Amino acid sequence: MEAHSSEVFVIGLTVFFLACIIGYYVVWSVTPALHSPLMGVTNAISSVIIVGAILAAGPQGFDTSKIFGLIGVVLASVNIFGGFLVTYRMLSMFKKKTKKIKEKE
Amino acid sequence: MVAILYLISALLFIFALRGLSHPESSRMGNIFGIIGMIIAVFTTLMFKSVLSYYEIGAAILIGGAIGSFIALRIEMTALPQLVAAFHSLVGLAAVFVAAAAFYDPVAFSIGKVGSIKTASLVEMSIGTFIGAITFSGSVLAFGKLQGTISGKPIVFKFQHLINALIFLLIIFLIVLFVINQSPTIFWTIVIVSILLGFLVVIPIGGADMPVVVSMLNSYSGWAACGIGFTLSNNLLIITGALVGASGAILSYIMSKGMNRSIINVVLGGFGGEQDTSATKDNSDKIVKQGNAEDAAYIMKNADSVIIVPGYGMAVAQAQHALREMGDILKKEGIEVRYAIHPVAGRMPGHMNVLLAEANVPYEEVLELDEINHDFPMTEVSFVIGANDVTNPAAKTDESSPIFGMPILDVEKSQSVLFVKRSMATGYSGVDNELFYRDNTTMLFGDAKKMCEDIVKSLSA
Repeated sequence: MEAHSSEVFVIGLTVFFLACIIGYYVVWSVTPALHSPLMGVTNAISSVIIVGAILAAGPQGFDTSKIFGLIGVVLASVNIFGGFLVTYRMLSMFKKKTKKIKEKE
Repeated sequence: MVAILYLISALLFIFALRGLSHPESSRMGNIFGIIGMIIAVFTTLMFKSVLSYYEIGAAILIGGAIGSFIALRIEMTALPQLVAAFHSLVGLAAVFVAAAAFYDPVAFSIGKVGSIKTASLVEMSIGTFIGAITFSGSVLAFGKLQGTISGKPIVFKFQHLINALIFLLIIFLIVLFVINQSPTIFWTIVIVSILLGFLVVIPIGGADMPVVVSMLNSYSGWAACGIGFTLSNNLLIITGALVGASGAILSYIMSKGMNRSIINVVLGGFGGEQDTSATKDNSDKIVKQGNAEDAAYIMKNADSVIIVPGYGMAVAQAQHALREMGDILKKEGIEVRYAIHPVAGRMPGHMNVLLAEANVPYEEVLELDEINHDFPMTEVSFVIGANDVTNPAAKTDESSPIFGMPILDVEKSQSVLFVKRSMATGYSGVDNELFYRDNTTMLFGDAKKMCEDIVKSLSA
C-alpha cells in the first residue's frame, strides 16, 4: 500500500514538472498585447478546482464536507463564467484595421 | 475513460493558452478553454459517488449567474480589480475543497477521518496555505486597486521579520496537523495564512500592482496544484502548473520592465517617501506650457506621431477621445502609432485592452522593443498619463531609483507633448527632466478633456 501511494505521488510529480515546462514555453509564446486576456483565461481554467468541489458535494445527504463542497462549486463557477466571459469580451475588442481606414491611409 | 476525458480537457487548456499567441487565434483559444472546462465538469458529474445533481446544478447556476453578471457589467478600466477579485475566489475555493477533503476523506479515497494518509495531509495543508494566502492577498490587492484602501505602501518596523516568523509558525502548524489531524489546527492554518497574505501585500505600492496581480495569478495556480496532488488528479495538477507558470512568467516580465527583481518588489515600500527631495532641485527651471490649440497645431504639421499612454489615461477614461484624435490625424495623412511600456497601467497588457476597447486596430499598438528605435525618426511624441516610463534619468542618473529601467525614448523625437494633471512627480517620486526641455510642451489638464479639446481644435 505504501509503495503504491508513493508511486502515485511520483507520477503526479512527473506530470507536474512536464506541465510546468509546457506552461513555460506556451506562455512565452503569448504576445504581450494579450497579457490581460491571458490572465482572464488562466483565471478561468484554474477554477478547474471545481472538480474537487463537485466530488465533495457529490454524496447524498448533508454534512460539513458537502456544504464546503457546494460553496466551492459556487465560488469556482463565479470564476469559470466570469473568467471566460470577460476574456471573450476583451478578445472581441482586438480588431484588425478596417478597410475603410486602410483606403484613407 | 475518466482519465482520458481529463487528459482531453487538459490538452484543450494548453491550446487555450497557445491560442493567445496571436489576436486572430485567440478567440478560438478561449473556446477551447470553455470546451475543456465543460468536459471536466461533466466527466466529474459522471462519477458514481456524485449523486446530488440538483444541489450541484443549483450551485453552478448561482455562481455562474453572479460571474456572468459581473463579467458583462464591468468597465474595462476596472479590469485589474476584477482579476484580483477572481483570484481571491480561486484561493477561497481551494481552501473549501481542502476542508471538504479533510472532513470527508472517504469521498476522495485518501483514507478515513482521523487516519488520513500522511502524504495527503501534507498536500492538503500546502494547498490550504497557498489558497488562503491567495485569497487574502487578492482581497487586499483588490482594495488597493479599487481605491478602498490607500495604494501607498504601508511599511512598519520588523515587517519582514514578522512575515518570516509567521511563515515558520505555519510550517510548524502543518507538521502538527499531519501528526494529530485536528480540525482546530486546520482552521488555525487557514487563519494564520490569511493573515500572512494581508501582510505580504500591504507594503506593495500602487504601480507595483502589475507584479502583485501576476504573482497572485501564479499562486492561484499553485493552490490548484496542491489540491490536485491531494486528490491525485492529473487534470488539476496540469492546469495548476500551467497557471502557476503563466503567473510566474508575467511577474518576471513585469519586474524586468521596472529593472527590479521580484524579491525587491515583494519586499515593497517603493515610491513612498523620496518625492520631496527630488522635486526641489528643479523648482527654478522653466516649463513651457501649452494648450489644446498649440498641441493641435504641432501635431497637424507633423508627419508622424507616437502616442505613449499610461495609467493616467485609464484613470481619466481618455482612450475613446484619444482614438478620435488619432483618427483625425490619420485622415490628415499623419502616421499615428501607439507605444506601450511593459508596466504601463495596473496589470499586464492593461493599455492594450483599453486601446482595443476604443477600437484602435492592434497593428498600430506596438511594444517597447518594436517601436523604440523609431522615436528619432518621429516628429511628435504625445505622452498621455505616463511619466516614469519616459524619464531619461533611468539611463543617465545612477542615483535615481528608476536607474536601469527600460524606457520609451520619447526624448529622441523632435518634440514632446506631455498631457498631465500637474507638475507632480510620477509614482517613483522622481522628477522628470523632460518637462524642462526646450522641445517639450506641457499640456496641463484632465487627459480626456485635453483630447476632446484637441479634437475640437483639429476639426475647426
